[in-house]
Parts: sequence; structure tokens; C-alpha cells
Amino acid sequence: MPTKLPPVDVLLVGFGWTAAILGEELAQAGLEVLALERGQFRDTVPDFAMPQIQDELRYAVRHEMFQEPARQTITFRNNHAQTALPMRRLGSFNPGTGVGGAGVHWNGQHWRFLPNDFRQRSHVEERYGADFIPEGMTIQDWGVTYEELEPHFDRFEYLCGTSGVAGNLNGEITAQGNPFEGPRSRDYPNPPLERSLGTLLFDKAAREAGFHPFPAPASNTSRPYRNPLGVQMGKCTYCGYCEWFGCANYSKSTPQTTILPVLLNRSNFSLRTNCNVTRIKLDRSGKRATGAIYVDSSGEEHEQPADLVILSAYATHNVHLLLLSGIGEVYDPKTRSGTLGRNYAYQMVSGVDVFVEENLNPFMGAGALGQAIDDFNGDNFDHGPHGFIGGAYVALWTTGGRPILQHQLPQGTPEWGSAWKQAMAENYLRSASLSVHGSVMSYNDAHLDLDPTYRDAYGDPLMRLTFDFHDNERRMSRFVTARAEEIARAMRPRSYTVNQRQGPYSIVPYQTTHNTGGAVMGDDPSTSVVNRYLQHWDVPNLFVMGACVFPQNAGYNPTGTVGALTYWAAEAIKTRYLKNPGPLVDA
Amino acid sequence: MRAGLTVLAGAAVLTGTAAGLAQEAGFSDIERGRYLARVGDCVACHTAEGGEPFAGNRPIPTPFGTLYSANITPDRETGIGGWSDAEFERAMTQGMAPGGKRLYPAFPYPFFTKATRDDIRAIKAWLDTLEPVRQEVDPPELPWPLSWRALLAGWNALFFEEGVFTPVPGKSAEWNRGAYLVEGLGHCAACHSPKNLAGAVELDEAFEGGFGEGWFAPDLTGDLREGLGEWSVEDIVEYLKTGSNRFSSAGGPMAEVVERSTQHLTREDLRAMAVYLEDLPAAEEVAEPGDVRDLDELLMAEGEALFVDNCTGCHLMSGEGQEGVFPALAGSSVLQQEEPHSAIQIVLGGAEKPSTEAKPTPLAMPALGWKLDDDEVAALLTYLRNAFGNSASPVEHSTVTDVRSIIEEREGTAALASE
Repeated sequence: MPTKLPPVDVLLVGFGWTAAILGEELAQAGLEVLALERGQFRDTVPDFAMPQIQDELRYAVRHEMFQEPARQTITFRNNHAQTALPMRRLGSFNPGTGVGGAGVHWNGQHWRFLPNDFRQRSHVEERYGADFIPEGMTIQDWGVTYEELEPHFDRFEYLCGTSGVAGNLNGEITAQGNPFEGPRSRDYPNPPLERSLGTLLFDKAAREAGFHPFPAPASNTSRPYRNPLGVQMGKCTYCGYCEWFGCANYSKSTPQTTILPVLLNRSNFSLRTNCNVTRIKLDRSGKRATGAIYVDSSGEEHEQPADLVILSAYATHNVHLLLLSGIGEVYDPKTRSGTLGRNYAYQMVSGVDVFVEENLNPFMGAGALGQAIDDFNGDNFDHGPHGFIGGAYVALWTTGGRPILQHQLPQGTPEWGSAWKQAMAENYLRSASLSVHGSVMSYNDAHLDLDPTYRDAYGDPLMRLTFDFHDNERRMSRFVTARAEEIARAMRPRSYTVNQRQGPYSIVPYQTTHNTGGAVMGDDPSTSVVNRYLQHWDVPNLFVMGACVFPQNAGYNPTGTVGALTYWAAEAIKTRYLKNPGPLVDA
Repeated sequence: MRAGLTVLAGAAVLTGTAAGLAQEAGFSDIERGRYLARVGDCVACHTAEGGEPFAGNRPIPTPFGTLYSANITPDRETGIGGWSDAEFERAMTQGMAPGGKRLYPAFPYPFFTKATRDDIRAIKAWLDTLEPVRQEVDPPELPWPLSWRALLAGWNALFFEEGVFTPVPGKSAEWNRGAYLVEGLGHCAACHSPKNLAGAVELDEAFEGGFGEGWFAPDLTGDLREGLGEWSVEDIVEYLKTGSNRFSSAGGPMAEVVERSTQHLTREDLRAMAVYLEDLPAAEEVAEPGDVRDLDELLMAEGEALFVDNCTGCHLMSGEGQEGVFPALAGSSVLQQEEPHSAIQIVLGGAEKPSTEAKPTPLAMPALGWKLDDDEVAALLTYLRNAFGNSASPVEHSTVTDVRSIIEEREGTAALASE
């Protein structure tokens, strides 16, 4: 029997970005808040101190900051005809573990989704007609609009000290920014990062090709910054070790550099690390969460009662926990009934490697130092002639020039030996990559459920992912990759290589840690797990955060939208739920 | 605190009795005592690592041996629960505990004696409200004859002058309030002044900087390089209120002082302290900016290379730091102290700015002692003490070795304590 602990007002499961935001919002409102984190405590000093943190072998290759598959992983299959097998080594995506979650090892690529992205189905039907949506595609509206989220996008950017330049300031299109973005109420808190030579070449080439390049929004600080909580950040040193690493210089926005100095000082907030939540408990009615069961590092089981339970772990973990806890009806792809696990989506990425004449010094980089075009993202262009839905941004990111994994070589270069060495010497400083970062729509055959065979370290069934790319995404990707190729040619390189995604989705090579869906939000309880405030339809004192609520995935990195949704939910909890605990939307 | 007062005042009106009014006066005294205990930073010495606040038994290292701080919670047997107000006052102003037991002057009664008797009684009134904690205190670890407390009578005769602070005529009320706090309960000079062989403050060199806990507490006089000559009153207030200003960040023992004590003081009191400190004359001849010293060129070149490799990410190539985040090395008084011990401490062991309400991030510098040897630290600091217009004596290898052993001892003790 688990030991029953004294109750708290709010229980946060997982302690990354969404939990840090909610912890601060709800503790500030006077509630007794407890966060349970399965990993360890870590902070800038000593855990991310230089030069130990700049260890590519330890972090990027050996995955020290990531979830350990030996403890928990998923099983995977491309379709229902296959038997899913466990992912024994992380590949396609890298969920984090430890305080700050993946918010510690992200790059800081901080986007807002487009206004139309939040009305995906309505918008497509209005512009192209319902027939434009292919059979099997299950896209839907989010139930929340860009206009409603705008103040929350803004709050998250000011929390993070995001560096960028507005493209649409209250409806006015500006010359330097992204002209396709939704209107923003004010400019970014910090100016764009210093440009790398690569981004300048991209900018020039993209203009020549007739596109509209702009500095990509970066949650890497371009100058010293103090955020609205009073938390201080130093300016980025362009060390080139953002992705897969913690930041040594207080320059990448993470829970540690933006919220925790204030939150951890609050007497009504507490954090327990090395505590792995295995179940959310419901009362007998099944309509009320009573708390959670967790296992600590000594293997002891505890029951933590709480009035309000918020799932704030990684997207896939939140869905896994709902599945393990039996909360909601599991989606059945045969009958199309049930909502839990439905509408899993991902990201469709491709790229063009360019080998240029110029010496680009790629090692002077930052995780979100990039130049991008948004001309072919979302519905920023007429899809009518193309017959697909969705899009991608094309960007040249100068994230760094690390020795082991970060280099491009022309096609046909041998993989070892003196020819490889020579090619490396010729190309290390003179190459870059254009990335095409595309949307993935949701489909009735892409979903999450519990695996019938394999179990995790706690003896619980692993979650099973069934997913493959569809024709719509392949055509989108081919189209936008061809646009990237136009930019590559305009860079007048010595040569370039197009890396189109071929064959079925593979879980082995890294693509992005942008897993979405499985507990999606919406206006209709028959097609969504949570309502527009991220509140569970069946269990009103249970909220679910993170990208698992995305009904399908847009052509952007998700963190900006995840942060905005979290502030949006926090406001609803503070101003409405606490006054009258119960459903915020009638089912 | 203000909200609490309002509520209580309301209660007194409701009851409308003499008892109610008396209680209100008592409450004000207690609140004042709590504030004054912050000024004195009592909690710092009287709390052991991981122990209950004010229950004492924290080891206090002195050049003569280790002492253990008293339990000042109102526990009758192990704390000061049995002490009368007069006995408490005697301890604070004369260094004498009940029964005539003399206290070692590591307890700063030579400063506390300057506090008004009203203020001392307020502190006692507040201490009386604490939860009594039973905590025995270890006896001092001092060699004979220092273990013989009667000797302290002689110490007192030579170095101690009892008596409350008397305002200096001709100085403003603000200056006098500042002097009262700095010289009295604040006991700033206990660290920031040189001490004689008997551990007493050298009065004629007060505030010129001094050793404490292996750090060198900087000069607070008007000296332009080592002291506060460049700092305005507002700079001092910002430093004490928030833990950093445009010149410097608090680190080492001062970080604790800011976190537990000065950030909680009113802006008026901090301003008064700053006005008084600003008026302290520079110790000797003020060093001319740009003093050129005879320095080994090779050593300076090595130091510069180490600086570029290890420091410029935060402090920038110009040594200007990043305003509001990382302190400047150019013009840094910590770097240019006559004694380089604090700078060595920071390089070897790292440092952390206090987390204050105004600036909550405990911005930290990582320790570099694991990768720089004593020669390298000496070269680096000799360079930093003489780059960007700074000027100070070269750092000796042996000084780095000494500080390293102090840190190792401290960390060894901490490791033992956490086991």
C-alpha cells in the first residue's frame, strides 16, 4: 500500500516549462503547489558550467540529458499490420528528464503558430471547400483562436526575453520581420541576435528568389535582460552548444533562467525530484481526480492527494499517464470511437545542404540563430493548384559546428579515410544546411495506445505509437523543399545536396522532438480529450498541458505555442476555475 | 509586516481595553526587534548548517580556534529562555553572560554596545517569541590559556569601550542614523577592518578592509581603487538592497549578509548607512589611476591568455561585464584590494550572487580551481589586477596555495556535514 501524504491544492506532474509557468502563476495566486519530477535537480551552476557542458560525446551522442529508454520508452509500428517493437535507443526524438525538462536542452526556436493554424479545418473548408480534405485526414479546429492567445504568446516571449523583430505589429507589416505572422501587440523584448555569415547569405539568396526572409525568433538573449519576474539573463556568447546542452551563460530561456529563481523561493511551492508518477487516481465516480501515485528513488510508493491535478510532463508522457490511469475512452481506429490517443502528429522535415565558397565559421552559433522564410508555411500561399494541406518554413540555422555530429559533406564522400578527411577539411567551414520544417496533419490511423507486450521499469505497459507519413505531407515536403532548393541555388554554392525524406517514417534517425496530439483540445468532447481551456472533459479537476493537446501539428517548433496555451489555461484556472471549480465548458 | 500591524490595530480598537493597547505596544517592540535582528544578521552566526534558526552551535572559525555560537532561542536550559532583560542587555553591551561568564569577542559585543538599550530590549522581546529549541552548544576549542575566560577582562581593558553611540554634532540626522547602524548592530567593521594580534579591530584603520572566513572583506573607505570612492549613495543602496550594482555583485560571506540582512532593511536605513560610508575618508593617499607597476611581461601574457579562455564569455573582452548581470572586472575594487584573497576565492571556488527579492536570480560563477593550478591563478589575477586600467600588486603563488587550502578545508567540512 502506498503511504498517503498530506494533501496539496495543486499537483503538477513533471517539472519542465509548463509546470514552471503554472507553478509560478498558481503559487503567486496563493495556492499550495507541489511539483513531482521524475529526474534530478539541476541548475546553471554547477550542472551546466563550462567547459564540462560543452561535451558533445556526453550529451549529444550519449544522451545524458534525455529520457533513459531503460526506464521508459515507447513501442513503435508504422501501421496496424505490423507488431510494434520497443525503441531501445532514442532516435527520432529526444524527450528530456530532470528539472526544466526538455526546456533545458532545446534550441530556443520560439515561434507562434499562424492564426489560421488554430482554425485548421474551418479555414481549409472556407477557402478550398470540404472536399479538399483527403479521406482519413482528421484535422480539426483548436477551440481557441490566435486572437485569444495573443496576450499569452506575448507573455511567454517577454518571460523568455525572445530576440527577434516584429513582422506584423498590430496589423502593420514591417520591413524586417516575418510579414506572414499573426498580428502581435508589441515587438519582441530583445532585438535579433547578431547575424552569422550563413544567415546573411541565406537572406540575400531568398530575396533574390523572391521570398521574404527575416531573423527567426530566438529565445537566446541578444543582450542582458531582466524579465517581468525580475529574473536576469546574460547575453548569448554564440558558443554553439544549445541543442542537447544546458546553457552555461544564463542566455538560453529555460525554466531555470526565467522562472525558478522566483518560484523556488516561494514558501507555498515545493518540488520533489526523483519521483515518478505512475497513476492519476480518480474517486469512485470517475469524475474527480483525487491525486497521484508516485514511486520515489528508493522504490517506495506514495499517494499524493490534491484538489487540482495538472499533467505537465512531456506530450507523450501525459498521454501515457492518462492511458495507464484509465481516464477517458481510448481511441479505436477500427470504430473511430474514443478520443484518448487520437490525432497523434509529428513534423515533416527535410533539408538542402549547401557547400559554398565563403568561410562561414559555423562554430559561432546559437540554437535559434537563423534566417527563415515563411512564404510557404501554413496557408500563406494558395494551395489550390497543389492539392495538399499545410506547409513549412525554410531556414538556415547557424546552431553550431560541433565536431562529431554537426557537419555536412558533399554527396558521394567516403565515410572514412583520407578522402573523408580531405573533404572535411575543405567543407567544415564552408557548408551550411537549409532546413524545411513542415507540418503534419492528423489522420485516423495515427494514434497512441498501450502496448500489449512490452513494459517499463515500473512494470507498466509501454505506450505504443502507430504512425506513418501520408501522401499529403510528402507532397507538401517535396513542394517546399523545391523552394529551398531555389534558395540554395541563389546562394551560388560549389554544390548542394537535397535530402528529401524517403520511404516510411523511421524512428531511428533523429528528426525533431515535436511529438503532438493524443490528448487533443477542442470544442467537441467526441473528438477531443480536453476543452479549450485544457481541462479534461470527463474530470474537471484534471488539466493537461503540452503539445499533446495540438489537434494536428503546424509547420513550426511547438514551444512558443505550448507556452502560450499554458498561460491561457493558467488564466482560466485563476480567474474562473478557482472561483467555481467545475467544468469551464459544458459538454 | 504592515498588514499585520493594521490588523492588530483594528483588534485593539475592537476590544477597546487597556490590555489591548498594551499588547499593541508589545507588538510594535517585537516587530522592531525582528527588524533590528535583521540589521545585526543574528541568524547568520546563530544557525548551524541544516540546524534550526537561532539555535546556535554553528562553528565560528577564528585565528585562535573554533568557537560555537550560542543558542539564542528561549529554551530555558540550552538557550536564553532563563535570561532576564537586564542579563541579555549585559551580554550585548558588556560581553558578559549570566553568572559573570565572559563571552569571547567573536560575539560582536564591542559593536552591539553602541545600540540603544531600547533597541536591545526590542531584540530580546522578539527573540522571546521564537519557538524554544533544545540545542546544546559545544564548548570552545581553544588552546590554554585562551580557554581561560578570565583573560577576557584584560582584553576588554585594552580593546573594549562600553557605551551607547552618541550622535556627532554637526552631522545630519541621516548620517548619524547610518553611523549608528554601521558602527553598532550592523557591525560592518568586524569584517571590513584589519585586526590586531588579539583579534581586535585596529581602530585607526577601521573600514580599510580585513580578513574574515578566508575572504578579504574590501575597503569601504573613499579610496578610488579599493574602496567606495567611485560609488554613489544610490550605488551602495542598490548593492545592499539587491545584491549587485553597476560595479559589483556580492559574493562569498557578503552574499549571505545581503540575502539575510541588508535586503530586508528599509531604503531609508540603507540610505543612511550609505551616507555614512560615503563620508569615510580614504585611508591613505588615493592611488593615482593608471599606476604602472613593474610586471613580468610573460606572466601578464599568460594571464591574458587565461582571461580570454576562461572569463570573456560573461565578463567580455573589454572586462566591462554585462550591466545588471555579470560584474565588471575593469575598475573592480574586489580585484584591486591590497590583499587578493577574495579574488582568489572567487576564481578557485566560484561565487554566487545572493537571491534577493529585487533580483532573484542567484547568478553564479563556476569554480575554476579544478582546472587552473596555483601558478595559473596567480598569473590570471596578476593580469586582471593590472588590465583595463586596474592597478594592484602581483599575486603570489603562495597566496593562492593558502587560499586553496582554506577552501579545501571548508569544503571538506561541508562534505562531512552533509553526510
